[in-house]
Amino acid sequence: MSRLRWRKAVDLFWTVVSGAAVLAAVIPLASLLWLVISHGAPGLDLGFFTSLPTPVGEPGGGVGNAIVGTLFMVGLASLFALPVGIGAGIFLAEKGDGKLGGFVRFTAEVLSGVPSIVVGIVAYGLVVAHMKRFSALAGGVALALLMIPSLARSTEEFIRLVPQALREASLALGVPAWKTSLRVVLRTALGGIVTAVLLAVARAAGETAPLLFTALNNQYWNSDPFQPTASLTVQIFNYAISPYEDWHQKAWTAALVLLLLVGLLNLFARFLSRNRLQGAPR
Amino acid sequence: MNAAQEIAPVNSPLRRSVHVAETPAPRSPDGSLPAAPLELPKLKVEKLNAWYGSNHALHDVSLTVPARSVTAAIGPSGCGKSTFLRCLNRMHELIPGARAEGTLLIDGKNLLGRDVDPVELRRRVGMVFQRPNPFPTMSIRDNVAAGLKLNGIPGNHAEVVERTLRQAALWDEVKDRLDASALSLSGGQQQRLCIARALAVQPEVLLMDEPASALDPIATAKIEDLIHELKERYTIVIVTHNMQQAGRVSDQTAFFYMGDLVEVGPTEKIFTNPSEKRTEDYVTGKFG
Repeated sequence: MSRLRWRKAVDLFWTVVSGAAVLAAVIPLASLLWLVISHGAPGLDLGFFTSLPTPVGEPGGGVGNAIVGTLFMVGLASLFALPVGIGAGIFLAEKGDGKLGGFVRFTAEVLSGVPSIVVGIVAYGLVVAHMKRFSALAGGVALALLMIPSLARSTEEFIRLVPQALREASLALGVPAWKTSLRVVLRTALGGIVTAVLLAVARAAGETAPLLFTALNNQYWNSDPFQPTASLTVQIFNYAISPYEDWHQKAWTAALVLLLLVGLLNLFARFLSRNRLQGAPR
Repeated sequence: MNAAQEIAPVNSPLRRSVHVAETPAPRSPDGSLPAAPLELPKLKVEKLNAWYGSNHALHDVSLTVPARSVTAAIGPSGCGKSTFLRCLNRMHELIPGARAEGTLLIDGKNLLGRDVDPVELRRRVGMVFQRPNPFPTMSIRDNVAAGLKLNGIPGNHAEVVERTLRQAALWDEVKDRLDASALSLSGGQQQRLCIARALAVQPEVLLMDEPASALDPIATAKIEDLIHELKERYTIVIVTHNMQQAGRVSDQTAFFYMGDLVEVGPTEKIFTNPSEKRTEDYVTGKFG
């Protein structure tokens, strides 16, 4: 009987310890959300999404151009990164068992560990230095370099999750191997790959360092890929390091907008992946 | 892609046998069931050897499969019966390091040769796997038509879907929900769906790798009834762990042991009066 009591006491002790650990992990996240919402929400109105930034001291204004700029550059980055990243992932999953595959996998791992500021410098050297101007294109290239490795690895993983039995089923019907890869295996992995794309996009949208000296910033609307372009993250950075109280307020509100954008992308990705898992075989 | 083709020399005697056996097998003109089905060879395997890396899994297997009959391959686990089956549509060579050598004649044509595209062989030799493997992203209808669609074969797919689902004894159960996901079916239904899918590309030979081992007794009985009906039109080779099943469905039985084809003959003879001691020990349950 005392043995049972001892076991219950030990159980209680560790339940409390692990519960405390969970609390410690949740507190920073909750306080982050609370800070951003409580500071940012007061400045949030429709105009904040649609207007151009205003100079110091002038009330109103928003980050409309920065929202568009972020979406524009993330779009450009996806244009570059999706074919390369997904293509590399397909290669790794289908033919990646040899030396070349190991090399590509290793490269992707190293590349995903490169600090984003370094990626920014590389994009500066590759694009800005040659074109002699800051541009959305340079920002897009920098973000693409960040997206490619994670896209390649997660595409590979999702393709490898497709049961070998499906590949065999298709081949046994006399379907050539390339068509099997494309129309059966890739089609089955598509839900997962879309999720991976959304997560990569969300990550790219939250990057500041690669954009600082590639896309720079812009106070006005811009849809020219060869012009400097505003982004939410750089705008937040500029507002936050300024000495002005009303710009600090705008930094909080812009941070809230960015959080909403990234949060929505993540939620959508989660929703898609849950649907995919429900439909998965076995 | 095909290790066996790389390794077997072009002028090896195995390759030569293509020319020896060029005469097509006799076929009745109206496609009716021949009086003595065991006399018409559909599939002729000669000196088939298979390896997994350095592991020699099949030794010199030679076997004739008559048209419109059921041949069962039995034997204990690891005896090579599944390897044998997978060689018949060259699925064996998909496994990294695996290769096969020998002659595989269908209607007198060698389909294990270097110059033969495995895709062509697989269109003539369909396969049903141990576990039902419908395409999860496709509807019931699309699963059945998958072979036609993916291969770009034109025609009245709806008609093919109905006909093959009827052949697979599944039509009445799914005719009202052809657009539902294939995964909404039970395991036994999924397996019959996979049979319909294999039949839709009109193979001549149907390979079945323990098609009922993942199913309950009622679903198993349905699959066995189906095999009886399908042999009117198709040549079937079935691998089974279950000797009673081999006895129920097959006309001819091949007993494999340790990579050797120990004995092959009419099913009744194998089970009642085998020539080999090892066969007798296995079918009477002394080992296995």
